[in-house]
Amino acid sequence: MYSYSDFDRAFLAERNAQFRAQVERRLKGHLTEDEFKPLRLMNGVYLQLHAYMLRVAIPYGTLNGAQMRQLALLAEKWDKGYGHFTTRQNIQYNWPKLRDIPDMLDALAEVGLHAIQTSGNTIRNTTADHFAGAAADEIADPRPLAELIRQWSTDHPEFQFLGRKFKIAITGSPEDRAVTAAHDIGLRIVTRDGEQGLQVLVGGGLGRTPMIGQVLRDFLPRADLLPYLEAALSTYNLLGRRDNKYKARIKITVHENGIEEIRRLVEARFIETRAEFSGEDQALLAQIEAQFTPPAFRGGNTETYDAAYAADPVFRAWADTNLAAHRRADHAIVSISLKAPGATPGDATAAQMRVMADLAGQYGYDELRISHEQNVILPHVHKSDLPALHAVLKHHGLATANIGLISDIIACPGMDYCALATARSIPIAQEIATRFEELKLEHDIGPMKIKISGCINACGHHHVGHIGILGLDRAGVENYQITLGGDAGPDAVIGSRTGPGFPAEEIVPAIERLIRAYLDLREDAAEPFLATYRRLGDAPFKSALYDESARTKAA
Amino acid sequence: MPRPFTPKVVTASDLLEGDVIYLTAEDGWTRQLTEAELIQDEAHAQLRLLFAESQPNSVVGAYLAEVKPGPRGPEPTHFREAFRATGPSNYAHGKQAGA
Repeated sequence: MYSYSDFDRAFLAERNAQFRAQVERRLKGHLTEDEFKPLRLMNGVYLQLHAYMLRVAIPYGTLNGAQMRQLALLAEKWDKGYGHFTTRQNIQYNWPKLRDIPDMLDALAEVGLHAIQTSGNTIRNTTADHFAGAAADEIADPRPLAELIRQWSTDHPEFQFLGRKFKIAITGSPEDRAVTAAHDIGLRIVTRDGEQGLQVLVGGGLGRTPMIGQVLRDFLPRADLLPYLEAALSTYNLLGRRDNKYKARIKITVHENGIEEIRRLVEARFIETRAEFSGEDQALLAQIEAQFTPPAFRGGNTETYDAAYAADPVFRAWADTNLAAHRRADHAIVSISLKAPGATPGDATAAQMRVMADLAGQYGYDELRISHEQNVILPHVHKSDLPALHAVLKHHGLATANIGLISDIIACPGMDYCALATARSIPIAQEIATRFEELKLEHDIGPMKIKISGCINACGHHHVGHIGILGLDRAGVENYQITLGGDAGPDAVIGSRTGPGFPAEEIVPAIERLIRAYLDLREDAAEPFLATYRRLGDAPFKSALYDESARTKAA
Repeated sequence: MPRPFTPKVVTASDLLEGDVIYLTAEDGWTRQLTEAELIQDEAHAQLRLLFAESQPNSVVGAYLAEVKPGPRGPEPTHFREAFRATGPSNYAHGKQAGA
């Protein structure tokens, strides 16, 4: 993976020194809050419901053990002993003190991490497939391009004051685990006539106006990535609306001008930007790529794995749900669930972070990934090491076998932490997971993605959940709307709202009715919820939601 | 017809800690909603808010929050203010930890 150059280190040290001075000036009263706020936001510092919050970027979701240990250190030394992994491959600390944040940033810089552009109207952390560099179905590792984008976009003078925030995601696999279609720009590595290039999507996004990205360019040569992004960004920077915050994202620009007009403008601008690039970016990319060579995979047989799989039902259940196909048959990709039933989705204690860092060192070539689904990944583990690894995970409460199942819920922090939220998300996730744990139905239900947002901004991706839940404030009471049929995969779909929302105490029973309806309606156990929904439409599910509740009330 | 004035408190975030604070009748700041000054009059509310806003070097984002009088002092009327007055529901952190 990428390690910082002298230039990177010097840049970050200078930036952190600037922010330290800005905090000092704020504390001395030389800067007003209005002056200070944009400065702190540029450095990932929010003021939330109960405290400041520091959002740290995990570039394209990749960490090494030393970085994970440093995240643990921050949690212990300056926070309350835990961190929250988010849907944008960031980690958030919920309780830092303003005076401590410069020290936290310096500690992050020691391991090549930062919080720059994790907020504000800038290009945010570029997210990537969390199985990048490991997945059996991958065309190419997208992370060298993601790192190139990180370097290009960090402090890019033209794009520090965009009309609104700008999110880029990249995948190297046709499976698209990075939800590229729900990003301002989505990049998909594709091949044409044996040559690798990129399909460029534009104008996707969730939030109050959810939209699926449209194809801006079907095939972009890899070498043209930066000039093309620069053309797209500068077109948006000029054309995007600044009169109304809610119409400022590029999805609205694309919607109002039409994809053809946007394409025409971007391609015209691209002729200019391409002429300004003289090849340094490609030299840099070559240096970056050299740092993303795969680890020296060890060989050896997988007998211990096969034996444990045959003998131990707990291990087998975990292996069946939490392992994914690696590019090498003797290795596996391990997903470590941060979704134990009743736990806060995405939270890890400092102790758990250290355990995962140690396991990465011992069994995983020192590599870790953070998924947008708020889990931690060990991307390369030899199968013979899996029984030992599983035993350690189990000991530390990290062996929950639920990846892709009903309790593997995405949930934003909601009104337990977030100043923007209109309702809570975390308790709803906890209650759903706990309820289905009691019912012992999880494995019978099969693939199920529930995604919960505590406001219309949709950090919890509810629009693309098979079942989406949106928490709102209805006349001073928390109320939860349900959407069905969303899909975050390569053919992304925005779910449809079922109807009126449910108060907090009725949402878990409503979800249970939906699931029981699905179990009754499916053709057989092999038909997942989403397939049943697509086959039958929403009528039977609406009936389960509303008619039954009406019957129950009448009874 | 203007709506009748409903009771308020002045609340904000502490600059250093980011913690929720409330203005007291003695011109100080408290971390406990029950100790806040219950404001019953619109003109007085505006004066108290101005007073809070005149302390930008210790207080961030002051506003008037709706409350109702209770036996121990002001109580929240909206769930957002109830969370601000206690802390998150997933851990015993924030104000509830010290109670």
